[in-house]
Amino acid sequence: MVALKDTARMNRLLRTMLCGLLLITVTVVECRAQSTSETIATVSPKVVKIFGAGGRKNLYAYGSGFVVSAEGHIVTVWSHILDGDSVTVVLHDGRRYEGRVVGAEPTLDLAVLKIDAEGLPFFDLSIPTPTVGPGVRVLAFSNVFKVATGDEPVSVVHGVIAAQTTLSARRGVFDAPYSGPVYIVDAITNNSGAAGGVLTTRTGQLLGMLGKELKNNTTHTWLNYVVPISQLQTAITEIQTGKFAPRKTQDDEEKTAAPRRYSPRDFGIVMVPDVVTKTPAYVDRVIPGSAAAEAGVMPDDLILFVGEHLVASYRALRDEFGVLESGDRVKVVVRRGDQLLTFEFTAPRKNIEP
Amino acid sequence: MMLFALPHTRGPCFVCRWLCQCLYWNVGNVRMDREDTGRASGTQMILGLCVFLLSTTSTVIAADQSVLDAEQARVAMIERVAPSVVAIFASSGNGGGSGVLITPDGYALSNYHVTSGSGTFMKCGLKDGKLYDAVIVGIDPTGDVALIKMLGRDDFPAATMGDSDTVQTGDWVFAMGNPFLLATDFSPTVTAGIVSGVRRYQYPAGTILEYTDCIQTDASINPGNSGGPLFNATGQLVGINGRGSFEKRGRVNVGAGYAISINQIKHFLDGLRGGRIVDHATLGALVRTGNDREVMVDEVLEQSSAYRRGLREGDEIVSFAGRPIGSVNQYKNVLGIYPDGWTVPLVYRREGKRSEMLVELRSLHRASELQAKPKGPEGPRPRPQQPPGDPKKKPEPKPQPDDAPHPPGGPAEEAKAPEQWKHLFEEKAGFANYYFNQLEQKRVLAGLSEFTSLSALTGRWKFAGQTADNRAFVVTLADAGLGMTIGKDLVFFQPLDNSEPQDEPPNTGGLLIALHHFKQMVTTGPSSFSVVSYVGSQPLDGRGPTVDVLATQAGIVQTRWYCHRQEGRLLGWDSSLGNDVDPCSVRIDSTAEFDGRRCLGTWTVRYGDQTFGTFHNAVIELQAAK
Repeated sequence: MVALKDTARMNRLLRTMLCGLLLITVTVVECRAQSTSETIATVSPKVVKIFGAGGRKNLYAYGSGFVVSAEGHIVTVWSHILDGDSVTVVLHDGRRYEGRVVGAEPTLDLAVLKIDAEGLPFFDLSIPTPTVGPGVRVLAFSNVFKVATGDEPVSVVHGVIAAQTTLSARRGVFDAPYSGPVYIVDAITNNSGAAGGVLTTRTGQLLGMLGKELKNNTTHTWLNYVVPISQLQTAITEIQTGKFAPRKTQDDEEKTAAPRRYSPRDFGIVMVPDVVTKTPAYVDRVIPGSAAAEAGVMPDDLILFVGEHLVASYRALRDEFGVLESGDRVKVVVRRGDQLLTFEFTAPRKNIEP
Repeated sequence: MMLFALPHTRGPCFVCRWLCQCLYWNVGNVRMDREDTGRASGTQMILGLCVFLLSTTSTVIAADQSVLDAEQARVAMIERVAPSVVAIFASSGNGGGSGVLITPDGYALSNYHVTSGSGTFMKCGLKDGKLYDAVIVGIDPTGDVALIKMLGRDDFPAATMGDSDTVQTGDWVFAMGNPFLLATDFSPTVTAGIVSGVRRYQYPAGTILEYTDCIQTDASINPGNSGGPLFNATGQLVGINGRGSFEKRGRVNVGAGYAISINQIKHFLDGLRGGRIVDHATLGALVRTGNDREVMVDEVLEQSSAYRRGLREGDEIVSFAGRPIGSVNQYKNVLGIYPDGWTVPLVYRREGKRSEMLVELRSLHRASELQAKPKGPEGPRPRPQQPPGDPKKKPEPKPQPDDAPHPPGGPAEEAKAPEQWKHLFEEKAGFANYYFNQLEQKRVLAGLSEFTSLSALTGRWKFAGQTADNRAFVVTLADAGLGMTIGKDLVFFQPLDNSEPQDEPPNTGGLLIALHHFKQMVTTGPSSFSVVSYVGSQPLDGRGPTVDVLATQAGIVQTRWYCHRQEGRLLGWDSSLGNDVDPCSVRIDSTAEFDGRRCLGTWTVRYGDQTFGTFHNAVIELQAAK
């Protein structure tokens, strides 16, 4: 009996699993059944051409965006095109609208426009967007090079996700307007006018918004990055519903977050000016008679460690000094020529504002 | 991606086969359990299922037969078409580009901006590793197309031309050619991509060169790809790659290349075969986008056919050449694919009423504009970094012809023509290579052979018969003059004493002169005209069969002779008494034999959009010269 019951259960299990399998197969078939041209026919009408300020020097006056509500909310990148009072938004069928910015989130390089339209085909952001990894085949839609004007559909390029990574905007290297998770695409998606376009799967699922042109100033290579919708979704929805409050920018955070109780000057050390993102912590000069001078610190010393912490740049050094408390012993390791030298001094008493 | 990386195994690999065997074994057990109230353990079955799942998954990845088949088909297609791809080099050895063979006797397409820097004779390499001589045949400076003829074989591997109107955004396409002049053995480079957009209009880039109705692709198009073919997934030629959007990243592909659609080229092809410098067309009207996105006529040239047919300022263009018009770019796209002299239908709306007309398109350029050595493409290659502070630098990215690396400083030095082939080139103003025009003239004139028996009869001609509305008519074509009577009262006369040709009978556009020229053509032959040239082919009267067009001129009278493109026989002719006037159109409804001599039987005369009459010849008297 036990065996029988067992078998019956197993049979049920087997049937369920086979059904599941069948379903999987069906889904796969469904995915395949949609051809690229069908996907393009569904996605293209949701992508718009934007014309606005610019048109001088290398500042192009055109861009891309995508519709996220039937009433005409349009997501695009925050750029100089939006600098004028209004922009012209041209739909896939050539209809032209005046668009105005209803909200922007500069830290996400995001802007939301509104046109007075109804019944537009749109990307439903309430549907969760898939997270995809390297190798997934994708399509990018945009008004690249202003090839499409009027009622012409936007351009489509194909490619695969090359990487899923975090873009860290670094002054001097990647002057990226956005920091955070991105998809990197192997196709050349980020050209003039492409920013604000969309990246979708081959079946037309929205993955992200095409970023701006981004060049590595060191290698002179161009990076094609796409901001995943998951990064933008909250801000878009908040702007749409009018509940949006701009996030604090990095600079704001820096002002409030990091304490600045001590600086190298408090010990008589004047550092080389902080000119680039990672200015090495070189000593410029030492104030005679100061603690540092007495300890033996000299100009051109490169400060490597403060306490146990490696300081890769002036800013790291500043942060380390900033957290010192009155009376702390500071150990500093410097490189002078081929030598590594250690100095110690005490943080002087100081009236620190709360 | 992984699918492509896998070796071409057909069917599951060994491990999969083993797993499948396990599966069969397990499934067998399940069945036994049912019958024998079960001896198999559940664990065994779960294991079996897992194995099943695993093997299924791995089988799908490793051996999705449709993917492997598609890959094989792609490889086979590329193998099949690659021999037709041409690597073009200037005979001086400087620069080059790509091309594609379209006929076994060696006609190959390329870009004008490739051949214009390569000289009259050039060297062409094929995938077989051999280098062939080639000669320029015809050019289309506006459309950036050139036709060359490769020499030395009559069994060249030729590509099949497809229908570029069926190309859709998202279709797979393959660009082939010789980017960066990489292939030292001439075997073409293949780049794959999708169609990014169709019916694109690309503004002229500082020259008369204009890309209309072109195919945009993300397949890599680089310098040297110019003139090479764009194939669809089945290996049909759908376009000629010629342009890319280059901006700030140097002259390399940035994902936006453009191909001239093959359907456009088909319209011009016969003109190119005729060694001509072909021209594009204008309607003779300016258009603008109206308030409601409609395309409005702004101004119409009074000399244009459109004006004569009644098109006026303020009319809305509904469709043009059978394509609905919803934007100025669409209108330009349609206009750009037609050679001058073609007749196309135009539907317009005025005060809510739709009307249709047939308009003849005018030349876009003066001959001198076309013959002027084109500027731009042959110039120095634009450097990736523009010199700073150039105030004239245009801010908008202009797609540039991806010209091959010609050396800076102008066209390549003309190399000497190969001794063996130098008879294949004849210079003449207005032609790229007049030798080929003569070839085509001969071919078309052969179509007049049904009238050979008339050739000696240069004396007085007399036609008599009935019109379709039952009036008697008599036409007399004599040396002294031309006369015609219709019915009892109407008499018309055109003296041939060097006086001005007249519109006689009135409102025919000069029927008597037109008939006189027919007589001249079938008796004395083309030598009776001061100018004879082959023009190309076009649909007769916009909608009829494709006809070869031969143009002749005598005095101010210009005649275009229309011969069936396949069958060769003369279908009619248009004679005009000047520029910018409607011609007298004679269409041969049938020929008939009179005393064993074939001559006009029934013929219809039209002028503008009016039919003057249809004439049945009953009696013909044809005299030999005195």
